[in-house]
Amino acid sequence: MSKSLKKILVSLLVGATVLTLAGCGSSGTTTSTTETTKTAISGEINGGGSTSVQKVIDAAGSEFTALNPDVKFTYSGTGSSDGIKGATAGTYSFGCASRDLKTEEQGSLTELIFAYDGIAVVLNPANTVKNLTTEQVGKIYMGEITNWSEVGGADAPIVVVSREDGSGTRGAFEELVKFEEKLKPDATIKEGNGNVQTTVAGNANAIGYVSLTFVDKTVAAIDIDGVKATVDNVKNKTYKISRPFLAVYDKAKVDDATLAFLDFLMTTEGQAIVEEHGGIAV
Amino acid sequence: MQAIKRKKQKEKIIEGFFLICAFVAVVSVLAITVFVFYNGLKPFVSNSYPLWDFLTGVEWRPGSNMYGIFYMIVGSIFATFGAILIGVPVAILTAVYISELAGSRIGKIIRFAVELLAGIPSVLYGVFGLGIIVPYVLKISPNAQGESLLATIMVLAIMILPTVVSISETSISVVPKEYREGSYALGASKIQTIFKVVLPAARSGIMTGVILGIGRAIGETMAVMLVCGNPIAGIPTSLFDQIRPLTTNIALEMGYASGVHQELLYSTGVVLFIFIMIINLAVNKLVKAKVGS
Repeated sequence: MSKSLKKILVSLLVGATVLTLAGCGSSGTTTSTTETTKTAISGEINGGGSTSVQKVIDAAGSEFTALNPDVKFTYSGTGSSDGIKGATAGTYSFGCASRDLKTEEQGSLTELIFAYDGIAVVLNPANTVKNLTTEQVGKIYMGEITNWSEVGGADAPIVVVSREDGSGTRGAFEELVKFEEKLKPDATIKEGNGNVQTTVAGNANAIGYVSLTFVDKTVAAIDIDGVKATVDNVKNKTYKISRPFLAVYDKAKVDDATLAFLDFLMTTEGQAIVEEHGGIAV
Repeated sequence: MQAIKRKKQKEKIIEGFFLICAFVAVVSVLAITVFVFYNGLKPFVSNSYPLWDFLTGVEWRPGSNMYGIFYMIVGSIFATFGAILIGVPVAILTAVYISELAGSRIGKIIRFAVELLAGIPSVLYGVFGLGIIVPYVLKISPNAQGESLLATIMVLAIMILPTVVSISETSISVVPKEYREGSYALGASKIQTIFKVVLPAARSGIMTGVILGIGRAIGETMAVMLVCGNPIAGIPTSLFDQIRPLTTNIALEMGYASGVHQELLYSTGVVLFIFIMIINLAVNKLVKAKVGS
């Protein structure tokens, strides 16, 4: 091999190495620039309001801060009305409500429905009753109706199954069916959706309620006021025992971090968190 | 000399290590006691809820600020008493059979089954109770639901079997052979010997087993929670009534409770704690009496 050929080869090699290095360098710079735009989300997000959404929001918040370490996230469960007030006054970066806003509350607030909550009333499949009104359900749970024959069923006593005190589903159910703190004393209390379902499946005269997303084939979800308990009917607001989970904020005062968080809530990841905690994704 | 010194040092280090291990238990029991009592006595010290109403109330409605646990105390005692009434005779006779009557093969099989029973997680007892016992109780019950004091008693009676059987069996097997031989020499039959000689001689050991069984029954939570019904009010007046024992009250609501509600759940724990301490003291006394005799 001649000397000149060797020289050419060497220079080619050197050139290639330099090019590769340069390539690496340039790609390295691009990564770092994208990273800086990503970490631009920083600041404090302090939300507050409905206690029913607390689990979802807390979970979404910790996921969000894990992705954006510069964000400080807090949420205080103080009730829907307080959340709306706080968002209007600007004491919260965003407020949460587990009900629709009243007209006088709307003001300059922007609403974002990030989930729905629906509760199905379930009976044993052997029960001939297939439809109840919200009022009848309330009366059954308060102990004013105690026999299935009073609501068009067989002559048999009604076994009322409820959830433990403090359960979000129980709180929502009592609120939506309007019998708060009036549950009849001898109702059977079961812990968790699964146990309620097992109990109703095992007792022909039982009535229970579970999260809509939880109903399986061992029990029969009945119609309420003639409307089927389905996710679609919750979304179009015809099914009565349901409610929206809202986030509200003032467009004029809201900061980027809060908006980024609310955007995150609406992503597939955020909606998965909603479903994980018993909500219905939008 | 050097070697002996080094050996002694090594012993000291190992001894220290054992001491640290022993401290884990002591520190844990102190921490739990202080924690439960501190939180549990707070509402009464700060006057946020009257102690008398707490202990004598018969309705538990946290939302309406009603926290009465009297019906739970009654429920816990009834369930424990019932479980002892059914479980203990079965357990003692099982122990007698294993150690006195059964051949070595059958004895081994039964002992193995009892040991397995001890290893089953309590939640599975609950699932079994909810799936089998509750529907069965429903068939014979005048009430419309099968969750009841009776179902709770049946589950607990099965759950205390391993404790009572194994301790009774141990104390029966240490009764000296001479006692039995003496009894046979007097012309007593095998059954007479068992009931008149062996069981009285093993009495204190059996009692220890029974009291540990009571402890197990009163403290059981997961299994009971599924079969007892947990009503928010009402003193049980029949075997078919639902009950809400102290343990399940804590387990049901601790996850969500806050403020006074949470503190009063700790107070429920304090009441339970006192019950269990009384039982432990009784066990200690019995064990001492046994050594004394």
